[in-house]
Amino acid sequence: MSALETAVSKDGLKRVVIEPVTRVEGHGKVTLLVDEQHQIQQARLHIVEFRGFEKFIQGRPYWEIPVLVQRLCGICPVSHHLAAAKAVDQIVGVKQLTATSNNLRRLMHFGQTLQSHAVHFFHLASPDLLFGFNDDVSHRHILSVIAEHPEIGMQGIQLRKYGQEVIKAIAGKRVHGNAAVPGGMNKALSKEDHAFLLKDIDQIIAWSQGAVDLIKKVHLNNRQFHYDFARIETNMLSMIREDGALELYHGGLRARKPNGETIFDHLDYCNYFNVIHEEVRPWSYMKFPFIVSEGTEKGWYRVGPLARVNNCDFISTPKAEQERQIFKELEQGKPVQSSLAYHWARMIEALHSAESIKELLLDERTMGNDLVTTGEKQFEGIGVIEAPRGTLFHHYQIDDNDLITKANLIVSTTNNNQAMNESIRQVANQYLSGRELTEGLLNHIEVAIRAYDPCLSCATHALGKMPLLVEIVDEQGEQLDSLYKNSQGDISRA
Amino acid sequence: MENIITIDEQMIPFKTGQTIMDAAMEAGVYIPHLCHNPEFEPHGSCRVCVVKVNGRMMSSCTTKATAGQKIENNTPELQENRRCLTQMLFVEGNHVCPGCEKSGNCQLQAVAYYTEMLSPRFQHFYPYRELDPTHPDVIIDFNRCILCELCVRASRDIDQKNIFAMSGRGIKAHLIINSPTGKLGDTDLNVNDKAVQVCPVGAIIKRKQGYMNPIGERFYDQAPIDEMGDIAEPHAGAKHHD
Repeated sequence: MSALETAVSKDGLKRVVIEPVTRVEGHGKVTLLVDEQHQIQQARLHIVEFRGFEKFIQGRPYWEIPVLVQRLCGICPVSHHLAAAKAVDQIVGVKQLTATSNNLRRLMHFGQTLQSHAVHFFHLASPDLLFGFNDDVSHRHILSVIAEHPEIGMQGIQLRKYGQEVIKAIAGKRVHGNAAVPGGMNKALSKEDHAFLLKDIDQIIAWSQGAVDLIKKVHLNNRQFHYDFARIETNMLSMIREDGALELYHGGLRARKPNGETIFDHLDYCNYFNVIHEEVRPWSYMKFPFIVSEGTEKGWYRVGPLARVNNCDFISTPKAEQERQIFKELEQGKPVQSSLAYHWARMIEALHSAESIKELLLDERTMGNDLVTTGEKQFEGIGVIEAPRGTLFHHYQIDDNDLITKANLIVSTTNNNQAMNESIRQVANQYLSGRELTEGLLNHIEVAIRAYDPCLSCATHALGKMPLLVEIVDEQGEQLDSLYKNSQGDISRA
Repeated sequence: MENIITIDEQMIPFKTGQTIMDAAMEAGVYIPHLCHNPEFEPHGSCRVCVVKVNGRMMSSCTTKATAGQKIENNTPELQENRRCLTQMLFVEGNHVCPGCEKSGNCQLQAVAYYTEMLSPRFQHFYPYRELDPTHPDVIIDFNRCILCELCVRASRDIDQKNIFAMSGRGIKAHLIINSPTGKLGDTDLNVNDKAVQVCPVGAIIKRKQGYMNPIGERFYDQAPIDEMGDIAEPHAGAKHHD
């Protein structure tokens, strides 16, 4: 853990704030404490919004949960919908979905991953990658990408649109539809929708391949810079298929140390709470998860495309597998630890999603009508899925009357909390310390955060546990009083 | 004089004893309403069906049709009133359409769309109301109750069980359950009772149906409420209440 988490003394330090962090989902801010020699003494990513889903779904019937909790997010609602649906499947005692429902859920999830990855790469990250981190802020945005690289801009928009169409065909709406019900799905895929999606899929695969080629070129053209930028050596956590393949919907958990050594493998995710705990710190609304056996100091980890592509033994679709092998050459087969390699891994997954959509559309079981399975009621359900941003945990308990009594969500971005903080500290040390701060330099911090594609609104759902500092200031900004509530709820005068 | 009224200058015939609402429904003229269901005695409580009869505001479900009445229905003034009433209902309870399983099949939501309600307008009350999950087949979510009393009327008049009643007055009025514990599980309610079928909103819901009705196939996905009519009785036609 970096020493920059907390300055030794705050006396004489100047506070620099990046707020809001732009081109990410949700609202966050970065605070830097800088001394007179422009040395960074403290760097923190703060999540400034607050949700509360874990609390307010208590007392609701369990079958509402997949529809309620997907409102956590407007970018990846399908992930929350499906993670909750998997938990609810357990509650209704269903261990195995019908082949059709399984395919439909996977299809929707691949559509989601494709559109989410496209949004991030093209709309949010490409201005940095195409124009440079120091490019003028009035030019460094998606509209300039569309104006100067119309083909790339158009492909980004079309890839996203296609992913959204896949979701709409299954869930009825592009955002916040409903599809998964306890033990299955509520609608078969219509022949019209199937034909509509199949018509364009080869073009979508070609554009996804183009996106991989683009980020590969950008990365390799400036290889050393990409190797070093925001680089941290971390554990990696992801879901894995039984045969070791990349898996986004259902499988066991695999965690590896920075050198690739296994911490645990094919772990039943229903036991996640034995291996992952969460730490609360007084300065952030977002919790800090860690792998129990490694402890709080060394146990934090990364999730998401970088972790998944690093952790898997292979990818089941041919084009994405070919790209994975090229990617793994970056660090001679060892886990790739460059933070900017997230973008590359993300596009490999987008390609895998496009290829998988085609496979599922060509699988005749996808067009079946046998949609729902039933079982015997259970009082607890755990659903884990690989959301676009990483491993997502939903855990619910219900009472005799079918109402939710307890909920725990560990959202993808939360898993990356420590890693994002470490990355910005690394950037602060390497690029900002000792220099007069400029907008371009501050954007380096944002670029490091952006690599993780964080969804800050999803990640802030802790209720009743988060510490709080209330400051009363007069018109001149002088502090008159302050109260501090710690994570146990004790209140003291700060 | 012939049994004719005019609604928004359209001539509508009626039978003796019919209300304005009955005549309008029979003629396919939509007058928004929430507490009315032609199978039951008119209630006149939601006020959404108020029209102007010869210049006076009257609830169309309780006012008898009389030859020669000139009725205004679809006017900006009345629509504004109806929108306002709908907004008040939305803020008085906890109506969270995005998560509600009745969404797309809900009359309150459909009337809100029809009256072009775009915001809650008033401050939400956010009342704290618990569910009654004690019945094996039915759940009552008091957050969504609009006090239309259709369940009260259905249980009393058709099911002959008197399971539901109203208690309290004014802003404190609320639905209660007629059982020793006040819980639904201690009544003889059956999931097939009329009282379970008539709820126009998501207050009385059958267990484990949830979201089985996919988007695109829900009742009001097909057309707005002025074309579809009521969810509980979509093609009921008018009835006499005399």
